[in-house]
Amino acid sequence: MKRALLSGNEAVARGAYEGGCLVAAAYPGTPSTEILEEISKYKEIYCEWSVNEKVALEVALGAALAGARALCAMKHVGLNVAADPLFSSAYIGVQGGFIIVTCDDPGMHSSQNEQDNRFYGLFAKIPVLCPSDSQEAKDLVIKAFEISEEFDIPVILRMTTRVSHCKSVVNLGERREKEIKGYKKDVSKTNLLPQFAKRRHILLEEKLEKLKEYSNNFPYNRFEEGKSDLLVIADGVAYQYAKEVFKDASFLKLTMVYPFPDKLVSSICQKYKEIIVVEEVEPFIELMVKSLGFKVKGKGYLPKFDELNPDRLKVFIKKEEEKEKKSDELPRRPPVLCPGCPHIGTFYLLQKKDYIITGDIGCYTLGALAPHYAMDTCVCMGASITLAQGIEKVNKRINDQRPIISIIGDSTFFHMGVPGLLNMVYNKSDIILFILDNETTGMTGHQDHPGTGRTLMKEETKKILPEDIARACGIEKVYVLNPYKIRENKKIIDKLLKEKKQAVVIMREPCIFLKKREKPKEIDIELCTGCKLCIKLGCPAISYEDNKAKINENFCVGCGMCIEVCPKGAIK
Amino acid sequence: MNKEITNILICGIGGQGILLFSDILGEVAMENGFLVKKSEVKGMAQRGGSVISHLRFGKEVYSPLIPLKEADFLVSMEKLEALRYLDYLKEDGILITDNFYMPPLPVLVGEVEFESHTIDKNLKEKVKNLYYLPAQKIAKELGDIRISNIILLGFLSNFLPFKIDDYLKVIERNVKKEYLELNKKAFLKGREIFSQ
Ligand SMILES: Cc1ncc(C[n+]2csc(CCOP(=O)(O)OP(=O)(O)O)c2C)c(N)n1
Repeated sequence: MKRALLSGNEAVARGAYEGGCLVAAAYPGTPSTEILEEISKYKEIYCEWSVNEKVALEVALGAALAGARALCAMKHVGLNVAADPLFSSAYIGVQGGFIIVTCDDPGMHSSQNEQDNRFYGLFAKIPVLCPSDSQEAKDLVIKAFEISEEFDIPVILRMTTRVSHCKSVVNLGERREKEIKGYKKDVSKTNLLPQFAKRRHILLEEKLEKLKEYSNNFPYNRFEEGKSDLLVIADGVAYQYAKEVFKDASFLKLTMVYPFPDKLVSSICQKYKEIIVVEEVEPFIELMVKSLGFKVKGKGYLPKFDELNPDRLKVFIKKEEEKEKKSDELPRRPPVLCPGCPHIGTFYLLQKKDYIITGDIGCYTLGALAPHYAMDTCVCMGASITLAQGIEKVNKRINDQRPIISIIGDSTFFHMGVPGLLNMVYNKSDIILFILDNETTGMTGHQDHPGTGRTLMKEETKKILPEDIARACGIEKVYVLNPYKIRENKKIIDKLLKEKKQAVVIMREPCIFLKKREKPKEIDIELCTGCKLCIKLGCPAISYEDNKAKINENFCVGCGMCIEVCPKGAIK
Repeated sequence: MNKEITNILICGIGGQGILLFSDILGEVAMENGFLVKKSEVKGMAQRGGSVISHLRFGKEVYSPLIPLKEADFLVSMEKLEALRYLDYLKEDGILITDNFYMPPLPVLVGEVEFESHTIDKNLKEKVKNLYYLPAQKIAKELGDIRISNIILLGFLSNFLPFKIDDYLKVIERNVKKEYLELNKKAFLKGREIFSQ
């Protein structure tokens, strides 16, 4: 048998391939992004970067209603954006198998919150499968398609960062083509007018009863008898950590956590006096087991925040010994904007001022940190433009004169910025909106979007420009600037900040990953006075040594932004 | 405790090729019949932040994360990062680190003060089996600073039970054709240094 070392995300893509998936859609988001990137390597599957998660879910649902197997993937917060169609899809059901992959991020390695999307299953009434390694991720995709078709219901595959990004050995199989049934008209199923939706809700409750039985007998909900009289109940990667730590315990590994396999769990819990539940973030399983009348240890021992690891689980065995911390005094190494990043040119002009700056999510969120301190907020994608509007309405009343600026990236603008822009014009808000257009989705690893002129399947397509959208929305002052041209830009931006009128400024320059490096710049030691203005730029290629600036030739990409800020002409 | 599992922690700064290092080593271990688990975090931290990759192989491996004080090897592409993750290293574990130091941005722009000479003092005090390798310097001599990861891999390979050819085969699968010769050279160079 062929074997490969695959990440959980690669394994999901492989499962989609082997399971005969025909349509896959996603908006990028760590830790989910590689699922669609990998799927795009299988030419049997149509795939796309949708403009946001709601769109992705609906595209995939449409394909499932047309009778094909379909999948959408997103990071955990993406499911909030897609929640509206998610809830409806449970009522409507499917024709071809339909999977919603959500990748949660316990530990918030790359996210703004730590929400536990197992609760979406309970809330939206959709079955939830939680793989604990790559092999399971692949197998469960195929299983999920079958469940979806058998019960006429979408299925959530819930991954987490450590399942998505951990690599382990996977056995590969062949693709099985699935016959495509084709779109069948059935208004009472697919049109949720209240009279139809009432029926669909009753039907959904019936399906969930049957699924509960299915879950009780689901082979991936597995009991493993051990030597000691401790029972550990765990799901996802937490199961792996627990296996490492509780070597002699009995295990109940749960994989389908909703509908909850109540009979299975009861029949096993009865036999054990000591039961612990090991799960990340929220006490989902713990609440379920307690509701069946069993006493368990879980949260309280384990935190409701951050990810788990084998060391954390040792609290059940003994009091955590005071760990000798060798690394406490070390300076942190936070992520930073890259050398020559075009965003730097924008932040340089806005840094450390008393402006109100609502921000958004992307590489540019790092503008909030040292040395720029030029971003006050980061709430969720698109919130920069809209938060500013609320602030502006209050500030007008209390006569607060500070300029209000919003900063959003190009991909984020297409994702959820456009409705906010419409609202800004419609409801007459005087905000200066910066769209930082680096012609890619930078943060998640450079994916295409509607502004790049290319699709995920590497086809050419119409290139949609933010300035055209801004003008079409009725913005009168639209500027397109090159962020590297700091001196020219300063004049224009200072004027806009003084006027405090509605405007859109597009800062356009490709991400440094998209272009060739130029020759590194050099400092003329004779001319450098050590004034540190170039250090203020915050480019990681520039440091300060022996009272002079220094450019690290290994990092410098030769963008020349530093030349713009040096008053002595000491950089060449 | 985990006699049958080999634990290797690889760390450094985002962009230094840490994931490629552990990808190659993971595949070599798999091809030698071991079960492998490898874990790292992608995304935000990759932008010049601190990055680690856990690699474990053996007959049976559950956790993709190495418990504290259980790493047999800690390989670091930068020495402040080596110090940061020292808690993972076993008492008698081996530390291999580039002696290159890169100040974090807050230090660079003067927001945080840090005496960098304390790094060496600390490492020498706390680690019994310490190897400094000027991988970045050698990489530059070979013509491309980006291959310092492979030089370190070559050096580490002296301690592992796999054949040189196993590595070269996997390297071939994982790097672009135009960089293949350079990468092979880097691996062999790193391998050689140990016996010198
Ligand atoms: C709802 C939601 N979906 C996806 C993400 C993940 N994500 C964070 S920023 C970002 C896009 C960044 O691209 P862009 O706005 O172009 O800015 P850049 O990183 O290129 O500066 C994505 C996809 C998220 N945080 N929330």
